[in-house]
Amino acid sequence: MNLSSKATCASHGQDSSYFLGWQEYEKNPYDEVRNPDGIIQMGLAENQLSFDLLESWLAENPDAASFRRNGESIFRELALFQDYHGLPAFKNALAKFMAEIRGNKVSFDPRNLVLTAGSTSANEALVFCLAEPGDAFLLPTPYYPGFDRDLKWRTGVEIVPIQCTSSNGFRITKPALEEAYDTARNRNIRVKGILVTNPSNPLGITLSDKELNLLINFVESKEIHLISDEIYSGTVFNSPRFTSVMEILLDRNYVDTEVRNRVHIVYSLSKDLGLPGFRVGAIYSNNPMVVATATKMSSFGLVSSQTQYLLSAMLSDEKFAKNYVVENQKRLKNRHMMLVQGMEDAGISCLESNAGLFSWVDMRHLLESDTFEAEMELWKKIVYDVGLNISPGSSCHCLEPGWFRVCFANMSEETLNLAMQRLKSFVDSIYQSNDSYGFFHNFSVKDSRRRLLKKWVFRLSSSDRGLERDR
Amino acid sequence: MVAEKLQYSSVRLSKVAVSETHGEDSPYFAGWKVYDENPYDELSDSDGVIQMGLAENQVSFDLVEEYLEKHSANIGNEASTFRENALFQDYHGLKSFRKAMASFMEQIRGGRAKFDPDKIVITAGATAANELLTFILADPGDALLIPTPYYPGFDRDLRWRTGVNIIPIHCKSSNNFEITRESLESAYDEAESKNVKVRGVLITNPSNPLGATIARPVLEGILEFVTRKNIHLVSDEIYSGSAFSSDEFVSISEILEARKYQESERVHIVYSLSKDLGLPGFRVGTIYSYNDHVVKTARRMSSFTLISSQTQQLLASMLSDRQFTESYIKTNRERLKKRQQMIVSGLENSGIKCLRGNAGLFCWMNLNPLLNECTKEQELELWKLILHEVKLNISPGSSCHCSEPGWFRVCFANMSERTLEVALKRIHNFMSSRNLCS
Repeated sequence: MNLSSKATCASHGQDSSYFLGWQEYEKNPYDEVRNPDGIIQMGLAENQLSFDLLESWLAENPDAASFRRNGESIFRELALFQDYHGLPAFKNALAKFMAEIRGNKVSFDPRNLVLTAGSTSANEALVFCLAEPGDAFLLPTPYYPGFDRDLKWRTGVEIVPIQCTSSNGFRITKPALEEAYDTARNRNIRVKGILVTNPSNPLGITLSDKELNLLINFVESKEIHLISDEIYSGTVFNSPRFTSVMEILLDRNYVDTEVRNRVHIVYSLSKDLGLPGFRVGAIYSNNPMVVATATKMSSFGLVSSQTQYLLSAMLSDEKFAKNYVVENQKRLKNRHMMLVQGMEDAGISCLESNAGLFSWVDMRHLLESDTFEAEMELWKKIVYDVGLNISPGSSCHCLEPGWFRVCFANMSEETLNLAMQRLKSFVDSIYQSNDSYGFFHNFSVKDSRRRLLKKWVFRLSSSDRGLERDR
Repeated sequence: MVAEKLQYSSVRLSKVAVSETHGEDSPYFAGWKVYDENPYDELSDSDGVIQMGLAENQVSFDLVEEYLEKHSANIGNEASTFRENALFQDYHGLKSFRKAMASFMEQIRGGRAKFDPDKIVITAGATAANELLTFILADPGDALLIPTPYYPGFDRDLRWRTGVNIIPIHCKSSNNFEITRESLESAYDEAESKNVKVRGVLITNPSNPLGATIARPVLEGILEFVTRKNIHLVSDEIYSGSAFSSDEFVSISEILEARKYQESERVHIVYSLSKDLGLPGFRVGTIYSYNDHVVKTARRMSSFTLISSQTQQLLASMLSDRQFTESYIKTNRERLKKRQQMIVSGLENSGIKCLRGNAGLFCWMNLNPLLNECTKEQELELWKLILHEVKLNISPGSSCHCSEPGWFRVCFANMSERTLEVALKRIHNFMSSRNLCS
């Protein structure tokens, strides 16, 4: 039976290692009691550190999850509410929350907010609004693997990478921007904008003022758009503090300018609040046409009114919201330190970072050769033999082999410690053996693990789709 | 340089963004605006506009509220499930929710069809489901054939971002707007003559705006047609639970099951809880496909439009409670039937005939005798008159692409009985003033 070319192409991106590692994890997931030798999931950028705060708020505010407002049932009102302008109380609370995260250096007008079912939906909708099939967005590498699907699949839009390297801490430079732009032009592709993630996934760093100014200058001169995906803005745990592109615009006094009309923010509660299941995303734009169009488009992915109501109650409790952000950041900071220390103990360094739910880890010295094949070999070993699902830099389009994204906020402290121990053992064994990869013989693993080794068969072929998995 | 640019907006958005395919300039939405400016208020019995253009089901809320009261402890309010639920973003959807949906869909069809929870893909509403299927089944420039009159929202949902065309299958009042083989062939030929590739037929069963189920022989004819042309069939069955009697609704799933699923890989069903359960705000839609490749692809695409896990959890509990669902389905049907009878007889007393309906939240009313001329323009004049003077927002058939002027869709389930009485009275007065009452 004939399906569309979108259905039959591979732009859903699910043949990448990002998803394949997941597959392997699901076949053999670590569990402290039931499967202590299983694979530890470190490829999932989830924030599980602060649920207790949410849970206690819920316990103290039962109305919010029970369709009640001041004791009165508002079930009917919510059940019928499908207005794509969104629940006003929720948008008001969300706008304030976003401002709070930015230290109130900028404020957000709820009327310029468009709610969508997750930032996945927001990013796609923005691309639909701003670009034609065949146009391109420039993205700094390394970037979130999901963008390959989210921005390109149904929109038909291209991604052209802005290559960033370790030589300067993966910062965005003017030459890199120019080169990306020229690359697109040389391929006869029209560039419609730049999309950056700030704080960055997978780097875990906030964009510097210098980078932000560079970006604004660039989009101004090329007359293109700038999308700033700020879904990790609430996870900044160390200085420098988070600076949103909106703040830079304000500082530069770009109030009624064309450029301001071309700068759009994407937000979500999946990372900052740890609620990916609730599908709460948003587009913020000062451009009335973009807001109007994106609002209509949001019909294809509205946020459940049940969820909008719960979160409007939670976020309008400003004391709670403020406290949550601060406490959550503290916990992230501690976890981050644990991971970095653990890595250091294993002789592995991380890119110095101040945000996010992951670290960008440098394992170049463990590669057999400076190639992506070697990176894949190392990755396979880490997944199967060490039992850690981490994300290889190649899946994030990193230019240099040997970098990996390692998540730290989606597991308990004990599990993180265990993961670091396993890694240390692995690295130690490499240096103990005479030939670097003779560890099949020298690897000091438990017998049970050695038995399991033989059972795991790694399948990279895309024809094997026996397992569907979550994102 | 910045100052010069302030003079005009050079911000170019995409063609999709600036096109009018979002459809919001149609009367369907214009009437809404007038209503919003002066809505009828039951308590004050004002002379505001009564909204009869909104296909919402408000007649059975009390049943859902009662259920929620009784079971609030189980609805995922406990902190222990909150964490798991809040993290659950798997595009497969909650298994318990899919099972509950499958079971609910089976009950609506009186057990005459079985649904496999693993073939259910979740989407944020039927709006998303229909668009998603279109992305999967057709390429930009291709077409779907849709019988007229059809839901105005399809023009946006199926065409806007997908770039796919709709070619109407013209249906006539002379045979109660039944979809005939000739009309199917004719639509297909029209596509061919335009060099447009037809990828499928999309039907709504029960029909919006007709408020009637599609008869079994007609469904079989459509299935035969799509098989012969080797194209897809999408059956939007979002009103299936609103058929007044279970026996009168035949789902395409029943026909396929009876044939042991031959040729089923071309059939896909869309469902939602917006109409049957009256929960449009919760954004609960599903795609059910007999085609594994479609299921797999739709599942991946549903990433753009997942249902809130909080909502999935709530509904998993509610819909797996057979005592509740059986009672709800039965009672809801009875109440809708009663409402429909009320409006149809009320209209009849005013000299207005409706298409014989047996489902849905609206009736298809014939005001053709009132038209000065049998034209679309005259229909719109009449519509404006009814909106501004009779103060009823009803939907003109032209916005539903009806090929015959004078038909209007009138909703009856989104208001109280009292308000419906007021509306009927206004119609009666209007018709009397024109000496048209029987």
